[in-house]
Amino acid sequence: MAKIPKKLDEDPNTTGHEWDGIEEFDNPMPRWWLWTFYATIVWAVGYSIAYPAWPGIKAATPGLLGWSTRGNVAEDIARVNAANDGINAKLAAAELTSIPTDPELAGYAASAGSAVFKTWCAQCHGSGAAGAKGYPNLLDNDWLWGGSIEEIHTTISHGIRNEEDADARYSEMPAFGEILERQEIKQVVNYVMSLSGTPKDATLVAAGKGVFLDNCAACHMEDATGDRDQGAPNLKDAIWLYGGDYDTLTNTVTYSRYGVMPAWSDRLSEAQVRAVSAYVHQLGGGE
Amino acid sequence: MANSQPQTPPSLYAAREPIFPKKVYGKFRTLKWAILTITLGIYYVTPWIRWDRGPNLPDQAVLVDLANRRFYFFWVEIWPHEFYFVAGLLVMAGLGLFLFTSALGRVWCGYACPQTVWTDLFILVERWIEGDRNARLRLHRQKKWDFRKARLRVTKWITWLVIAALTGGAWVFYFTDAPRLFVDLFTLNAHPIAYTTVAVLTATTFLFGGFAREQICIYACPWPRIQAAMLDEDTLTVAYREWRGEPRGKTNARRVKAHEAEAAVAASSAAGPGAATYAPTPYPGVPLNDPSAAAKDGPGDCIDCMACVNVCPMGIDIRDGQQMECITCALCIDACDDIMDKIGKPRGLIDYMALTDEQNERSGNQPKPILKHILRPRTILYTALWSLVGVGLVFALFVRGDIEMTVAPVRNPTFVTMADGTIRNTYEVRLLNKHGDDRPFTLTVTGDPALTLTLEGASDTTITVPANSTYNQRVYIEAPGGTSPASSQMTDLRIWVEDTLNGDRASKGTNFHGRGY
Repeated sequence: MAKIPKKLDEDPNTTGHEWDGIEEFDNPMPRWWLWTFYATIVWAVGYSIAYPAWPGIKAATPGLLGWSTRGNVAEDIARVNAANDGINAKLAAAELTSIPTDPELAGYAASAGSAVFKTWCAQCHGSGAAGAKGYPNLLDNDWLWGGSIEEIHTTISHGIRNEEDADARYSEMPAFGEILERQEIKQVVNYVMSLSGTPKDATLVAAGKGVFLDNCAACHMEDATGDRDQGAPNLKDAIWLYGGDYDTLTNTVTYSRYGVMPAWSDRLSEAQVRAVSAYVHQLGGGE
Repeated sequence: MANSQPQTPPSLYAAREPIFPKKVYGKFRTLKWAILTITLGIYYVTPWIRWDRGPNLPDQAVLVDLANRRFYFFWVEIWPHEFYFVAGLLVMAGLGLFLFTSALGRVWCGYACPQTVWTDLFILVERWIEGDRNARLRLHRQKKWDFRKARLRVTKWITWLVIAALTGGAWVFYFTDAPRLFVDLFTLNAHPIAYTTVAVLTATTFLFGGFAREQICIYACPWPRIQAAMLDEDTLTVAYREWRGEPRGKTNARRVKAHEAEAAVAASSAAGPGAATYAPTPYPGVPLNDPSAAAKDGPGDCIDCMACVNVCPMGIDIRDGQQMECITCALCIDACDDIMDKIGKPRGLIDYMALTDEQNERSGNQPKPILKHILRPRTILYTALWSLVGVGLVFALFVRGDIEMTVAPVRNPTFVTMADGTIRNTYEVRLLNKHGDDRPFTLTVTGDPALTLTLEGASDTTITVPANSTYNQRVYIEAPGGTSPASSQMTDLRIWVEDTLNGDRASKGTNFHGRGY
């Protein structure tokens, strides 16, 4: 470093550069710093040989180590999968009903199932599992085909009205527009609405009850509480899959509904199906 | 251009000038030895202090448990969400640096900085093995590597390496159970990260303390540059009483010579720009070429013995004035005081003083007393701010609870209609049990009598939270159809958690979404 001389006869140690009487102190950099700089250059050369570096037309030079960010991610995923092998095997082998009570399995299934759900199920049932018109809300305690973990597991494995899987859940509501008179449809819709507490015209309701018992009670039961073996919804509760207003119900009765769900056992591993079953089971409505 | 004759351009790079600080005795050297002993003692001993926290918690008094995200400091345990304590301590460290720097200049650099402390230790070792300044200089200038030189150098380097390894070795003990790690390190069972950390710290300590030394302070460290901005004319720094020391020299003849040279430069300086090779930058407000000094009878007190230069670990001459290399270690004060005693002059030719003192003394006035330098509005403000943050942190430490809770309402969807028309809202609740044993926590809800609380996966509203951990629990709050919370847009509520063992409670306010019709 340049010294500020106090003794005026001392060499002021300038570079000799001068502009209009302004001189420049000679403050040379330390030489070790220069060597550090050279060291970084050497490092950079080695680095660009070992790692992907120089851009080409189609891709960069791959580097001698064969490292890539993509390969890195693949390795990470493989490592995580390998680390999960044990618990996945345990999950696939466990008694279904024991999963929610085993803290280790339940915890793993809830997080693994959440990932499966958000990848494969959220498109129809929503990322929060709240469903949409025609796609059941999985958070409530109303189930078409049953809300025990076994029933959920069957539904997810084989699907609903899925023609590619012989074990799929199947039922079909007739389109009553071809069977009943318009007046009869009006009567039965009034009766069904009155079941869940909506005040309706008494004569229409009374007539509708007869129509219901003749045509609907086989599946929806005489008390209209539905039948899970056939996926027939409970008509007395507060939950409507397609809507509980007059027009929607008329539409449903006239043209029927035919909601389908694919089977997942051929796309997901058994552990994944079980994980997502456990996840759905613990969303708030599991039985 | 006046100087247009061709010149060889100076080199852009310069080799490091080796420095051989001479041994020195005095009050500041003693103080520095004391600080070195205390700080190194704290550094090495702390991880080995035991502190019983109960069966489920580590018994190391100071432990940074990165794996489990806990920081233990004697009776204090910091969780990750309480990082504001660390932030507060950093703010205090910053304000403390402002305070000390504005009052005492680079006192941190001179006394407490690890770079200074370890360099001091390394120089001590160097002196023990190779001798004091003159012996080291001879050894340095001896080109031939005979047996003696090789033996001294290798002994020194090995001793440095041992100190460096102990330095790096001590560091890792702060991050895991020290006694177990100690055994693991020697039985080759420790984690590779432990070995890597020890290796890196050994290498840097060896290099920085043994070879880089003042280069770190001058070229690598940002603090000196920041600190320079915090000095002012009242800051006490190490300075040379130029009015008293000059003209320096051992004889009157040298004094006369100095005056002649000074007069010659002054004359050429008056001749115009460029004529003088250099005019010194003075202290603010001090006239150039002070006539009072020149007119003084007899030589100055400085006998130009170079004692102050020989002891300087930064290799500078403090008589050149305040300069960026100076770490204010005050060893030159000790060296000079010793010489002043020997030649029968008063001590303090080099001393802690402020820029205003220099001016006052030069013009014959009394300098400000030290207390007035230190007690200034600026330092008082720093002290007040520092204390404020400190008191705030201590307050926060005492009011924080042993149980805590956070509540994240689920908003996807905002509510769920149950089969019987009940409206349900879902909340992700995180419960913190800071006790060393498992605790049963009971959850309740207040805000509207219609609201009831249930837990996912539990038959009642009590859950056991394991010792020293967080527990995530999904909580459902329900309002039967037709009640006010079910039909209104939003209802305020409060979720309570109670530790049923000792009755401690915590709560969080949130709200309940209804159908809105």
